[in-house]
Amino acid sequence: MVTYVSLIPLLPLAGFLFLGLVGAKVKSEKLIGTIGSLVVVIPFVIAVGIFIEMLGTPVEERSHIVRLFSWITAGKLSIDVAYQVDQLSILMTLIVTGVGSLIHVYSIGYMHGDRGFWRFFAYLNLFIFAMLTLVLANNYVLMFLGWEGVGLCSYLLIGFWYEKNFEKGTTGDAAKKAFIVNRVGDFGFLLAMFLMMSTFGSLTFSDVFTQARVLPVGDTTVMWITLLLFLGATGKSAQIPLFIWLPDAMAGPTPVSALIHAATMVTAGVYMVARSSILFALSPVTLQMMAIIGALTALFAATIGLVQNDIKKILAYSTISQLGYMFLALGVGAFASGLFHVMTHAFFKALLFLGSGAVIHAMHEEQDIQRMGGLKKAMPTTYWTFLVGAIAISGIFPFSGFFSKDEILWKAFSSGSYILWFMGLCGALLTAFYMFRLVSLTFDGSPRYDEHRLHPHEAPKTMTLPLIVLAVLSIVGGCIGIPAILGGGNQFEHFLEPVFEQANVKLALPVSESVAMEYLLMIVSLSIAIGGILAARYVYLRRTELAEAATRRFAPLYRLLFNKYYVDEVYDATIVMPIKKTSEKLLWNIVDVRVIDGTINFAAKASGFTAEILRRIQTGVTQSYAIIFVVGILFVISWLFVR
Amino acid sequence: MIPIEYYLLLSAFMFCAGVVGVLVRRNAIVVFMCIELMLNSVNLTLITFSAYFGDPGGQILVFFVMVVAAAEAAVGLAIVISLFRNKQTVNIDDINILKW
Amino acid sequence: MIFEQVVFFFLAAVAASSAVLMLLQRNPVNSALFLILNFFSLGGLYLTLRAQFIAMVHIIVYAGAIMVLVLFVIMLLNLGDGRRLREVLSFKTYIGIGCSLALFTELFYILGMKGRMPLMPLAPNAQDIGTVEFLGKVMYTTYLFPFEITSLLLLAAIVGAVMLAKKKIPE
Repeated sequence: MVTYVSLIPLLPLAGFLFLGLVGAKVKSEKLIGTIGSLVVVIPFVIAVGIFIEMLGTPVEERSHIVRLFSWITAGKLSIDVAYQVDQLSILMTLIVTGVGSLIHVYSIGYMHGDRGFWRFFAYLNLFIFAMLTLVLANNYVLMFLGWEGVGLCSYLLIGFWYEKNFEKGTTGDAAKKAFIVNRVGDFGFLLAMFLMMSTFGSLTFSDVFTQARVLPVGDTTVMWITLLLFLGATGKSAQIPLFIWLPDAMAGPTPVSALIHAATMVTAGVYMVARSSILFALSPVTLQMMAIIGALTALFAATIGLVQNDIKKILAYSTISQLGYMFLALGVGAFASGLFHVMTHAFFKALLFLGSGAVIHAMHEEQDIQRMGGLKKAMPTTYWTFLVGAIAISGIFPFSGFFSKDEILWKAFSSGSYILWFMGLCGALLTAFYMFRLVSLTFDGSPRYDEHRLHPHEAPKTMTLPLIVLAVLSIVGGCIGIPAILGGGNQFEHFLEPVFEQANVKLALPVSESVAMEYLLMIVSLSIAIGGILAARYVYLRRTELAEAATRRFAPLYRLLFNKYYVDEVYDATIVMPIKKTSEKLLWNIVDVRVIDGTINFAAKASGFTAEILRRIQTGVTQSYAIIFVVGILFVISWLFVR
Repeated sequence: MIPIEYYLLLSAFMFCAGVVGVLVRRNAIVVFMCIELMLNSVNLTLITFSAYFGDPGGQILVFFVMVVAAAEAAVGLAIVISLFRNKQTVNIDDINILKW
Repeated sequence: MIFEQVVFFFLAAVAASSAVLMLLQRNPVNSALFLILNFFSLGGLYLTLRAQFIAMVHIIVYAGAIMVLVLFVIMLLNLGDGRRLREVLSFKTYIGIGCSLALFTELFYILGMKGRMPLMPLAPNAQDIGTVEFLGKVMYTTYLFPFEITSLLLLAAIVGAVMLAKKKIPE
């Protein structure tokens, strides 16, 4: 079964090519939607097959490399297009294809009637192809190809409705912002690759990791490599300082936000760090930095999400916050926990986004939650699934979010970073609060919109079915990661253990035997979450005037949070404007016009000038030419004679 | 017995006289005649070497040079005629259409 | 011996002076006549070098054919006394004279001083190789191919000359 792994990325690529080339001619939306979805569903089935087969094989034999062809051979550099099938990549593949298929089916309903229906599915297929290449690659260069590919598709899909206006500009501006900010991160990735090439002489995972194993902890080159890799990850996974593109990316259609900016692309950074775990284990400085930035981002984004009014913006900041948790996990050495959260987050965040999409559709493109309310009567399925997602993200037992988030907090605490644990805890409180603020304002209470003009109704089956599936997954998805103290076998961690074996050896994490502490922390986080939920429901359902009073009392703080700490404005003033001005005044006017053009013009003028002088030789009179003959003969004779 | 250099020097003298004529005279036909003079000086050199070294090749070459000179004379003078027809002059200073 | 040297010097003097005089004539017809004199003296010089055949051919071809053609052309173009060409002594003339003086000095130096060969008589077979018989034999065996080519050359010259000099008859 493993040999079929090459079909997994190739089918979506075929879908993209087909839909891209002939999709415009196909009139039937059903056909396009079916083809677009099938080329993701079939890979999912194949991935499941490979997974089952993998479970049946002994642990040492679970890693395979399927080589397709040799891509680049230049001197010492030899890069193949080859896929590495092991526990980590099959996990990511399952997530990508599984959640991806659900979103494809959802999009059939969501994008119904859109002029660019075929284009949407073509881009989605291209995205799936790029993402699969990223997770299945066996070397950094192929992974980078997928990395760039998902960045490109992100750009294409954010700016999908390219004529639409969005905040201060167009959707095209938001797409460009995403792409350019990602580029800064990619620069870090590239530099890391160069360093790796010069240090290890190869970019294939197996070569790099085998050589890295024998290096001492704290090696400086590896530290730089990992710092640069982490820079790339902050770009793709929207951490401080490169998170600014994700809220703007909400300009795209909601399925895009669900797939790319919640479930898959943003987790590429997490995957990349997990894959390079041995390198990060050798560099405690980077791990420390990652944990701090992760926790900081988690808290920071949660505070912003607290006061936003656009339903998708809230979810966007929530995504940034949850990604912070994942990096916190990676930073304290709990690689498997980080990936566990990736999986559960994919389930409930995709669910939340798709649910919000249904709401937006029903409210005829209204996205401001202050203008919603009472929708639970009109859209029951959406309400219940959304509620499930909200409970999961708040971390309530026994939903999946509880297990993954709790594990991260426990690992942070037990590795000694109490401050980070506390930050994570505050973040969890805020998460519960703003999620239920969202639920209460949108679904509960009485309608705050004009009921005579707007008649929201439930979404069609193509949209509600994926919601239900994701809701089920959000509930039971945690079962494979139940920790030992609660009686579970934590199959998830054990499954991924071989991948992180080498890293764990280097990390030498302290194994905490304190069962009581673990129970205590679990109860603390659970109660915090429940407290947050109850507080939110109290404020927004019973005593809404409390919210308004708080807004007035803490007006400056409110403004700061609402304007996202003015980060965009600061970046604009310190980075964007200076670059623009320099380019315009200096590089364009002086370098391009005067220096480059001037040199060319000067060369032309010089040759013209010389020619003016030299053309006087052509007198047209034969005898002057004859004189030159004779002079030449004189020289030739003398030269011959001297020889 | 005449030293070979005498013949060679005479031939050099005639050649240079021809060069002067080509560079200085302005009548096209006179220039042409000076060219013939130069050709003849070369002929003299060839015959000299042929006689002093016993190689008939020199005289054969002179034969061919004469053939070529004859052909060249015919064509060259035809050109002069057509030139005269067009420009009504054989002053080669006036024939300068190729001037820049 | 003496006879030979006298003849040589006489003929050489005639050749050299007629060459110079040719240059100095204003009238092109006079120039042509001096050139004919030069050719005759050259023919004599060839005889002193025992090249009988060449000498005769030289007189016939050059003095008899080419110079006649030249004179015909001069007459045709009516460049006799009527149209006197004013020879202007310009900057160019001085350069021209200077150049050829330099050339002659160089050749004199090479041939007369540095490149002197030992005093040698005419080759013993000089008499024999100058005959028609011998030259004919050599021409038709070793140098057959160039001989044939020259016929083509002459054909081209004939055609060319006729084409160039033809008067365009108005239709």
